[in-house]
Amino acid sequence: MNQPNRLAGGQIDRSKQLTFRFDGKTYAGHQGDTLASALLANNVRLMGRSFKYHRPRGAFTAGSEEPNALVELRSDARREPNTRATIAELFDGLEAQSQNRWPSLAFDAMGINDLFAPFLTAGFYYKTFMWPKAFWEKVYEPIIRRAAGLGRLSMQPDPDAYDKGFLHCDLLIVGSGPAGLAAALTAGRAGARIILADEDFALGGRLNAETFSLGDSDGPHWVAATLAELEAMPNVRIMPRTTIIGAFDHGICGAVERVSDHLLAPLPGKPRQILWRIYAKRTLLCAGATERPIAFGNNDRPGILLAGALRAYVNRWAVTPGKTAAIFTNNDDGLRTASDLMAKGVAVAAIIDTRSQGTRIEGTNHMFGARVVDTKGRLGLESIVVRQSDGQMQTIACTTLGVSGGWNPNVHLTGHQRGRPVWNDAIASFVPGACPPGLTVAGAANGQMSTAAALEGGAQQALTLLNDLGFAASRPELPQAEDAEFRLSPFWHVPSGKARAWLDLQNDVTVKDVKQAHQENFRSVEHLKRYTTMGMATDQGKTSNISALAIMAELSGQSIPQTGTTIYRPPYTPVSIGVMAGRSTDGHFRPTRLTPSHKWAQEQGASFVETGMWLRAQWFPRPGETHWRESVDREVLATRGSVGLCDVTTLGKIDIQGNDAATFINRVYCNGFAKLAVGKARYGLMLREDGMVMDDGTTARLAETHFVMTTTTVNAVAVYRHLEFCRQCLWPDLDVQLISTTEAWAQYAVAGPNARKLLQKLVDPAFDISNDAFPFMGCGEITICGGLRARLFRISFSGELAFEIAVPTRYGDALIRQLMEAGKEFDVTPYGTEALGVMRIEKGHAAGNELNGTTTAHNLGMGRMVSQTKDSIGAVLSRREGLMREDALRLVGFRPLNNQDPLKAGAHFIAGTNPEAATLDEGYMTSVAYSPNLGHAIGLGFLKDGGNRLGETLRAVNPLGGDSVAVEVVSPHFIDPQGERLRG
Amino acid sequence: MAEHGLTPTPSLPDGSIGDSQFDGLTIALNDTPHMASLACRRGQEKAFAAAAKELFGSALPGPSGLVEGKEFSLFWTGPDQWFVETRLDKYEDIAAILKATFADTASITEQSGAWACIELNGSGALKLLERLCMVDIEKMPTGSAVRTVMEHLGVFVICRDAGSRYTILGARSSAGSLHHALVTAAASAL
Repeated sequence: MNQPNRLAGGQIDRSKQLTFRFDGKTYAGHQGDTLASALLANNVRLMGRSFKYHRPRGAFTAGSEEPNALVELRSDARREPNTRATIAELFDGLEAQSQNRWPSLAFDAMGINDLFAPFLTAGFYYKTFMWPKAFWEKVYEPIIRRAAGLGRLSMQPDPDAYDKGFLHCDLLIVGSGPAGLAAALTAGRAGARIILADEDFALGGRLNAETFSLGDSDGPHWVAATLAELEAMPNVRIMPRTTIIGAFDHGICGAVERVSDHLLAPLPGKPRQILWRIYAKRTLLCAGATERPIAFGNNDRPGILLAGALRAYVNRWAVTPGKTAAIFTNNDDGLRTASDLMAKGVAVAAIIDTRSQGTRIEGTNHMFGARVVDTKGRLGLESIVVRQSDGQMQTIACTTLGVSGGWNPNVHLTGHQRGRPVWNDAIASFVPGACPPGLTVAGAANGQMSTAAALEGGAQQALTLLNDLGFAASRPELPQAEDAEFRLSPFWHVPSGKARAWLDLQNDVTVKDVKQAHQENFRSVEHLKRYTTMGMATDQGKTSNISALAIMAELSGQSIPQTGTTIYRPPYTPVSIGVMAGRSTDGHFRPTRLTPSHKWAQEQGASFVETGMWLRAQWFPRPGETHWRESVDREVLATRGSVGLCDVTTLGKIDIQGNDAATFINRVYCNGFAKLAVGKARYGLMLREDGMVMDDGTTARLAETHFVMTTTTVNAVAVYRHLEFCRQCLWPDLDVQLISTTEAWAQYAVAGPNARKLLQKLVDPAFDISNDAFPFMGCGEITICGGLRARLFRISFSGELAFEIAVPTRYGDALIRQLMEAGKEFDVTPYGTEALGVMRIEKGHAAGNELNGTTTAHNLGMGRMVSQTKDSIGAVLSRREGLMREDALRLVGFRPLNNQDPLKAGAHFIAGTNPEAATLDEGYMTSVAYSPNLGHAIGLGFLKDGGNRLGETLRAVNPLGGDSVAVEVVSPHFIDPQGERLRG
Repeated sequence: MAEHGLTPTPSLPDGSIGDSQFDGLTIALNDTPHMASLACRRGQEKAFAAAAKELFGSALPGPSGLVEGKEFSLFWTGPDQWFVETRLDKYEDIAAILKATFADTASITEQSGAWACIELNGSGALKLLERLCMVDIEKMPTGSAVRTVMEHLGVFVICRDAGSRYTILGARSSAGSLHHALVTAAASAL
């Protein structure tokens, strides 16, 4: 396939022809091309439509700063909108579509917006769509968004995987142009651990785009030789296709590596991109500079590019956007483009130089003191209109125009911690000011605009940093390189009459819009940005911000630095949400914790529920059971009737040892623990410093200096952290050692009238677990099954005769199977968290729903547990008058007046015929269940002065669902209120 | 060993998961060694150190330190705290055995069942670990151990041979997730 605009030379591999499609049409390019360079080679200048006015646009740059050439890359689920064609690496089979046009790129119906342009100026939406107010969200905004959009999302799940990673180095070098490479050579040879990252797939920066000589070699050859040396160093990590997106605290930089974006699809198991967190002792920013345009009438046509970009296309990719070129410049660098074009055989019709004098370029019409005032060409540049220094107008035919208004150092990362750049008159731009700690700048990013200055700057900065870090380093021999003066005469825009002069190509902001913002008093830079949308979207104004500042300065009569600078924030270039998420997608969002009986429970067909990260068996359905309630009711009745088993491993277990362990526990629980006897367990209530209940659980004393505390499942980590805080910070003088043993022991509740009989079959005969020898709240270390060490606790959450038995976790699976086998004669029944919940509600035990962070011991009916005879965390504040009111919320039970009525947790209590108003709220229902023992629903809840209102009838209302149930206030102890069963 | 009839299960729910091979790396689930935590009681430092010397034959390792002995190896886990591990089955009830030596100078807690032990062998380990944990693994010397986090999971990374041999100790209940993270990252990085 013929590529009419392909020139000779360049750094593309002509032996590798790649086929790709753009808007359904097939083209050819080469390895080393970007999508933009390949399209230009095929004489495709028109690549997209602008955001607001749907103006025809083409590639304006050759890098990540591109405002115009945004395409949808790939298809189906992999379709990615707003991809910059200028950095999309060409691969065989690439598919791209232009965006923001209908029905086609060449004929876009929304192009009509352009005719209404006089009405669509800055602030148009704010002024026009004011009335009626309600229309904004429902009518206006959706319409505006549809018309003024960028690309479309695929609306399908992303099929690719993304990784995260962590890297460490002495020196991170951001950018691999002459400064970066010189720094890398210096640091690499010194033996420092360095990372050299560049957003481009080819390292070398501008050296790939220029024709300068470097010593005896040219740029690309010097780059290749330098990289070869660096690659051989084990202390150097070279990362192409890696953008440093931000400079964060403590020397940390964020980086996105595009691992597979240059492939049709990622290889199996490989990620598409990686988000790296780089810990660097020092960072050297060698990010180069971005060229800025001069604004003039109709300066946005396809074929008009930045002069440096035009030169890059010609030199690096061997393509020209047009057969006849012209150059519009205010500095000597622009002239290089003319020379390089002519050297490649591209005709240069004219150089329009805003300066009144300078070195004349031969072989073309070099006009001094001239300006481009307008351009022609509907879908691409055909000619330019030039006003000569004598005022005469001239039309010059050309199909591409290189524009140079100077170069802006890429200071972005230096501002990520609010450092402000400072103005430098010599280059008429901002250079780095205060930088984040550990970050310094070299090369063009530091205002060192010649190749020689960049090389030297990179080496010198590296030497300084290496010296700081204690490395012996010496300056490498650097090649002779051009050291030409910039000779820039600031020139920002050509007064253009009616033709619009575009500043921000991505957001369709014109010079006139800036003037209007000024006129309407939006003069602060931040107001200017928001009022005109200047500098927003994917390019963040990289090619336009400084020019807009200059124009604002002109209007206000202030200098540019007085006018202000915008704040730079991460990320430097757009970052996909996918790479931020990394592997945390779908089921991998967080880890899963499995109980020791998980495999066995799976075999029983258990239904599982997530509690924290744990998967717990919720119920164990049996054949014929069609509704979960059938399973749960059966499990409850079987447990209360004979014996049930439940995996309670998930409860937090904390091993507390030391000579002061009893004192320690006595201080963290509000009830007394100092006198707990060895071989006994006790229920403990833990308060927060503010007196609210934090957690509860039982703590067993296994020996004089050894306790095991249990916590609720969800608070296991929080309680452990709290205890460590108390140990390390509050009472470092106590001899206490803590360690979590939640994972170390598999623990099962064995509950029901036959619990003891079942356990007696497993517990070794040396241990007497009769009621006399092992009464309620007893505990001890025992052996089972002929010698396996175990712990036994006589505690009950269900209200039945119950034990909890613990063995080292690796025997947990074996134990549940043994218990089931041994329990056959008692028809032992495994029960899940639902039955557990039903039984604790029947028993009136508080759980997470009641310990919700807003409740006190007094609310829970446990106010008397807060010991008056000792001090403990939270005790003092729990005695606050307001909290201790007699009519405070109290935990009570509820039953529906009509047995058929279900109850709802979260329902609020309203007395009598009172309306459902928050002011008349008397409390709320926290937990509900259907009690198969009682044959109706039961509930626990907090009710004002609840303890004195037993027998009263209330309405449990659910204003959200619009229903209401009449309930009677009852004791929270629905089953065995005297506690005879658990002591049996 | 006691004659009880209970069979221990491996730390991954699917005990059949074997070694996973990657370019330059093997990921193997090892049977967790017998492990216990060992913490010095306040005021007992001298007697504690003497007991340690007697049992382990070496001084206690300092922060991030690991000492690998013939029968026991131990690594530092916090101020005055260590983990002791052994693969000898005669020490199955490791907490009781340590207690016999340390008596009241130490607080000892059995940890054997709490951990899953995953071994990384091969030079690919570094490339794998940089995808999962923020510690500068490359700088870990042979004979060191650190506590860190991988994919939200708290782990110990033990460097047995710098650059090529590492042990990851992760919580037993989430060993499946940890193993998944390791093999997924290995497939991605290697």
